[in-house]
Amino acid sequence: MFEIFQFDFMIRAFVAGAVIALIAPMIGIFLVVRRYSLMADTLAHVSLAGVAVGLLTKMNPLVTGIITPVIAAFCIEKLRSARNISGESLLALFLSGSLAIAIVLLSIAKGFNASLFSFLFGSISTVMPNDLYLIVGLGILVLGTILALYKELFAVSFDDELARASGISAQVFNLILTVLAAITVSLAMRIVGVLLIGALMVIPVIAAIQFGRSFRQTLLLSIAFSSLSVFLGLFLSFYLDLASGGTIVVIALIIFLLSLLRQTLKKTFLIKVQNGF
Amino acid sequence: MTTSPVCIEVKNVSFSYNGLPVLTNINFSVKEGEYVGIIGPNGGGKTTLLRIILGLLKPTSGEVLIFGQNVQSFKDRFLIGYVPQRTAEAGLHFPATVEEIVRTGRTARVGLLKRFKKEDLAAVQRAMEIADVTDYKNHLIGHLSGGQRQRVFIARALVGDPKILILDEPTTGVDILSQEKFYTFLRNLNHQMGLTVIVVSHDIGIVIDEVSTVLCLNRTLVCQGPPNEFLKDEYVEKLYSKKVKFLIHKH
Repeated sequence: MFEIFQFDFMIRAFVAGAVIALIAPMIGIFLVVRRYSLMADTLAHVSLAGVAVGLLTKMNPLVTGIITPVIAAFCIEKLRSARNISGESLLALFLSGSLAIAIVLLSIAKGFNASLFSFLFGSISTVMPNDLYLIVGLGILVLGTILALYKELFAVSFDDELARASGISAQVFNLILTVLAAITVSLAMRIVGVLLIGALMVIPVIAAIQFGRSFRQTLLLSIAFSSLSVFLGLFLSFYLDLASGGTIVVIALIIFLLSLLRQTLKKTFLIKVQNGF
Repeated sequence: MTTSPVCIEVKNVSFSYNGLPVLTNINFSVKEGEYVGIIGPNGGGKTTLLRIILGLLKPTSGEVLIFGQNVQSFKDRFLIGYVPQRTAEAGLHFPATVEEIVRTGRTARVGLLKRFKKEDLAAVQRAMEIADVTDYKNHLIGHLSGGQRQRVFIARALVGDPKILILDEPTTGVDILSQEKFYTFLRNLNHQMGLTVIVVSHDIGIVIDEVSTVLCLNRTLVCQGPPNEFLKDEYVEKLYSKKVKFLIHKH
């Protein structure tokens, strides 16, 4: 029926997409509620510097793209707790700093080509069989860690200081969350692209917040929204020959706009009811 | 009261921030079941002292013992329930229900990699009943009024079955009527449940009317003792460096 599933590379893209659709909002929700949405974007840019290292040293760019943001995650958390630099400025520093490093390394590697383009904007045809094992394996690790530490991550995200006062080591859980975000960002890089991963982690969550009646429900809804965006995005990018990352994020954006529209309509309707219409 | 064991011991605690002394040589102890009010001018170090007692800040010198153990290495921190400042405005944009928030106060007690059991869920219901938030347990915290939100934080502090309850300026942003109700509520927790209560407040009138012990803090401990002792002019002048009149609320 669907010729799309006759291609191995598309099946790989869908499997990798499913993993990413599941874990991106699970990490994203914790970043959004702590007003740390820019973290995903920052780690994505650091990951690009890792990709550049990979292209330069002829190592697998996916592997180097995972290692660098994990190291950066450690540095960001360390600097945030030890130095007098605000979290927001740190993210800005790492975001633009690592982009600069990536550009320099790519110039040296003469890496401004189609392959770089697919890392930036995402591509459905680039998930190799070996990549798939890495994506599924690390995806399960991220998922398992979030499920196992859910109540602690929730408590720390709600109020860092209250969590610490009750004996939860907020610093450790902040670090774990940042490392999980770093891994997720690098896994999503192939399909969504460096420049758009942040959007996939954040937009489905803020759309879900418009509907959610509890944290749990918001989380489940954001997974549903991100899955819808990824699957529909992959279909459309195959049939219409569009870059997958952009297509996925545009669909997420449409879902967000619809959620806003619904909220506005609901409010207007309620006001009319109150005024006796 | 005199025979009750000591639960908090503050020994020679000093704290400096960027080289400037905030607290100097603080010594006092709190017995189980005591109701302590900490008062003093803004910038006098009240919140800093609370944060040191809670183990959130390390003192520059000296130590705090909770049930005889140094607070920095004290494992059962959930035995202290903590209600921070400005709870009336907290959590406005956090997409979680009252019940989900209250549960966070039980997380440390449940322990790592363990799920909430029946007894934990029962504790959550009990804490919500005591703080009178059961009616809106499924509401998002952002949809509540300031006073209701404040009670959610009380429920959160009580859900770990603490022995000590510490509150920092709990009635800020709450109207007078709710304030009176609130202090009646605290009195009941102290009298009926035997909870040790420490409350920091700038509302001296209410505090000295309610508590069994007053600590006056202005970088050093200016005085400590029963409230009537504190009303002597020498202490008030020492604490605020000028004559102050107090409005005493009578119940």
